[in-house]
Amino acid sequence: MMFSINMQHISKRFGNLRANDGVNFSVQQGEIHALVGENGAGKSTLMNILYGIHQPDEGSILLNENLVKLETPARAISFGIGMVHQHFMLIPSLTVTENIILGNELTSMLGFINSSEAERTIEQLSDRYRLPVNPRARVESLSVGQQQRVELLKLLYRNAEILILDEPTPVLTPQEVEELFHTLNNFKSMGKTVILITHKLSEVMAISNSVTVMRRGKVVTRVDTVSTSQIELARLMVGHDVEFRTVKTSPPSSMPVLVVEGVSAQSDRHLPAVRNLSLSIAGGEILGIAAIEGNGQSELIQVITGLRKPTAGKVVIKGQEYLSSRHHPPVSHIPEDRGKQGLVLDFTISENLILGRHQEKNFSGLFRLFNEKVESNAKQLIQVYDIRPPTKHLRVRNLSGGNQQKVIIARELSKNAPVIVANHPTRGLDIWAIEFVHSSLLRERTNGKAILLVSSDLEELLKLSDRIAVMYEGEIVTIVEAKNTTERELGIYMTGAVKRGA
Amino acid sequence: MFDSLISFAFLSQTLRISIPYALPAIGGTFSERGGVANIALEGILLIAAFATTVGTFWSNDPLIGICCGVGAGMVTAFLHGIISVTLKADQIVSGIAINLLAIGVTKFSCQLIFNSSSNSARIVGMEKWNFPSSIPLLENPFVAGTVVVLIIAHVVLFRTRFGLRLRSVGEHPAAAESLGINVSRVRHAGVLISGVLAGAGGAWLAIDQHSFTDGMSAGRGFIALAALIIGKWTPLGAAGACLLFGCAESISIQLQSSFHGLQFIQLIPYIITMFVLAGFIGRSIPPATIGIPYEKEKH
Ligand SMILES: Nc1ncnc2c1ncn2[C@@H]1O[C@H](COP(=O)(O)OP(=O)(O)O)[C@@H](O)[C@H]1O
Ligand SMILES: [Mg+2]
Repeated sequence: MMFSINMQHISKRFGNLRANDGVNFSVQQGEIHALVGENGAGKSTLMNILYGIHQPDEGSILLNENLVKLETPARAISFGIGMVHQHFMLIPSLTVTENIILGNELTSMLGFINSSEAERTIEQLSDRYRLPVNPRARVESLSVGQQQRVELLKLLYRNAEILILDEPTPVLTPQEVEELFHTLNNFKSMGKTVILITHKLSEVMAISNSVTVMRRGKVVTRVDTVSTSQIELARLMVGHDVEFRTVKTSPPSSMPVLVVEGVSAQSDRHLPAVRNLSLSIAGGEILGIAAIEGNGQSELIQVITGLRKPTAGKVVIKGQEYLSSRHHPPVSHIPEDRGKQGLVLDFTISENLILGRHQEKNFSGLFRLFNEKVESNAKQLIQVYDIRPPTKHLRVRNLSGGNQQKVIIARELSKNAPVIVANHPTRGLDIWAIEFVHSSLLRERTNGKAILLVSSDLEELLKLSDRIAVMYEGEIVTIVEAKNTTERELGIYMTGAVKRGA
Repeated sequence: MFDSLISFAFLSQTLRISIPYALPAIGGTFSERGGVANIALEGILLIAAFATTVGTFWSNDPLIGICCGVGAGMVTAFLHGIISVTLKADQIVSGIAINLLAIGVTKFSCQLIFNSSSNSARIVGMEKWNFPSSIPLLENPFVAGTVVVLIIAHVVLFRTRFGLRLRSVGEHPAAAESLGINVSRVRHAGVLISGVLAGAGGAWLAIDQHSFTDGMSAGRGFIALAALIIGKWTPLGAAGACLLFGCAESISIQLQSSFHGLQFIQLIPYIITMFVLAGFIGRSIPPATIGIPYEKEKH
């Protein structure tokens, strides 16, 4: 079968927003095609249209020169199109087999599911494409890398010839990325077509045959990978030259500001999450934590910020112990989930800028808020941190992700606490916002703060940290100097395969 | 006294009492597994009991009455489905509205048909089955029917294509839809099943009592709801919990006849039940999207 995709003049509006604006997109059969662009450029929207989830307002889709209407995913599947979404579409409480066969179940008469047959088919597929996974395991017990294999098997089970992968790599370790790329090349050699969405340009160069660059809902260019470069792609993605200024200066002082001693803590499900963990961070030092999701890093942060009671151990900040005490530890916390933990989305900018500080004598008396003080605080911070639009009374929900993050950073850093805890501070932000976050953290480092940085972006950890601690199953496997290590090495420790030093 | 507790009469009384808990609880499991909270079970019981009474009264055939009850249950559940699945209104509000509506509609119609807003005329009951005579407990067709329903429900939910799809739309509708499953159709089916089974429960109430009385569901729909939660959203678990409630009620009836005037004795079995459940069952985790309407374009 010859499959080639040709999407013509596709437009899609969400309210007033043009997510796709006259997009032309084409892919040849048997190639790996990269679709790149900053967050919000419209990549997922375009692929959701190709997969029948969204209907375009205008434009047409041709598969093998034939005009098709893709009204539903079921229809797209019947044309051999399959998609792995940015956020996995797996049902945690079901087994691998159930997840794979769902919607395409082999049944006997009366609708009984023939699960042994399904398991056999899945085992064959996973042998053939080298995607090992236990078909009887529940998905909730699998690692992220394994879950991704299940997603790929879902497509293969449906005989997909065109495989769309929406930003598959940020959640993977470098080793898992390598394996994934190996699999994708495998698909290519079997004649399948792969569309890979990413905004990591090194990945584009490493694996793709051709690239489409999108910016603000439009296609900027489509080129063969061999005839372009990372720098050119970056320029096309952003729309102008990109120049990174962030540089680290001054080594840390030696005085420990944050000391964590023998801390153990349980997860929400009452399983041990942090095991007898100790670390210390000096003033003017950034300690990075590298770990695969779910290895106790979130619980550790919650203990340090006073949100979770440890079962053992203590947290000492500037010589004073904070443990299950009623006082909030003096920590600036940039939380993992902006919308849920960092902000009240339906409050205004000025209200969000005093969240958690509203009881300070500056801002409130016994019965009321001092509105003038709240407003002048907002005015000042909006200016200093360049929050846009600079409208104090705007609801935070209406800000872009980058500006929401600025509100959090402005509030937290203006507390002037000796310790800063940043959890995935740049997740989902565009290049400029990332740059802002990085330079803010480095400035605070220069100001002598002790900074704990958790991030799944190893590049970011290597760039900002002085030392990097790798956590695995609640313990620190090793602590390395950032300048003496590589993504690869960190990735190996993150899987818990080796212990070093410690 | 204690030998009376394990007597045949006690067992059959326990089963009889458990039926109007177990049928709606098993039915509710289907609705909730699909992601639709169904507190309308109470109202469905009541409406079905009334429809059964009217059907039996007019036809003098309890089978026709039961069909009317089941049909009325289905229609009421369909209403809940339209409101909460198709129109995506709040499922709890819809349930409350249906429960209130049920009280009003049955009272009003009872007045129209039987000239009394609180009682219907007496209706004929069901004959005992001769089959299978070797298992005397099953001679009540409703008891036998409930056992069959229970087994079928378990198999359907965990072994069939429909069951898998139902569970998937309750846990992660976007994932189900991305595999080509029509989320609202599957959810509607789950709600309709709850209507059929709760309707059968209501039919039993009327047949067992040989009449309809105002408010005769008496909170059973809510107990069924509690039972399905205690049973961790599985038909077997829900039925087990209902049996426990039925047993507790049965004990309290026995004890009352032994110790006259000690009202608090009625409480003891329930208190024991609660402790047993709190102690042994542990936390139950509901279907992930229960109570949340599915909006297509949101991802
Ligand atoms: N279902 C939706 N409803 C409203 N707006 C949406 C929806 N999906 C995407 N958008 C908006 O469309 C724009 C493009 O989004 P998306 O295609 O997800 O970008 P990308 O995948 O390139 O990051 C964004 O501004 C996003 O907020
Ligand atoms: Mg996207």
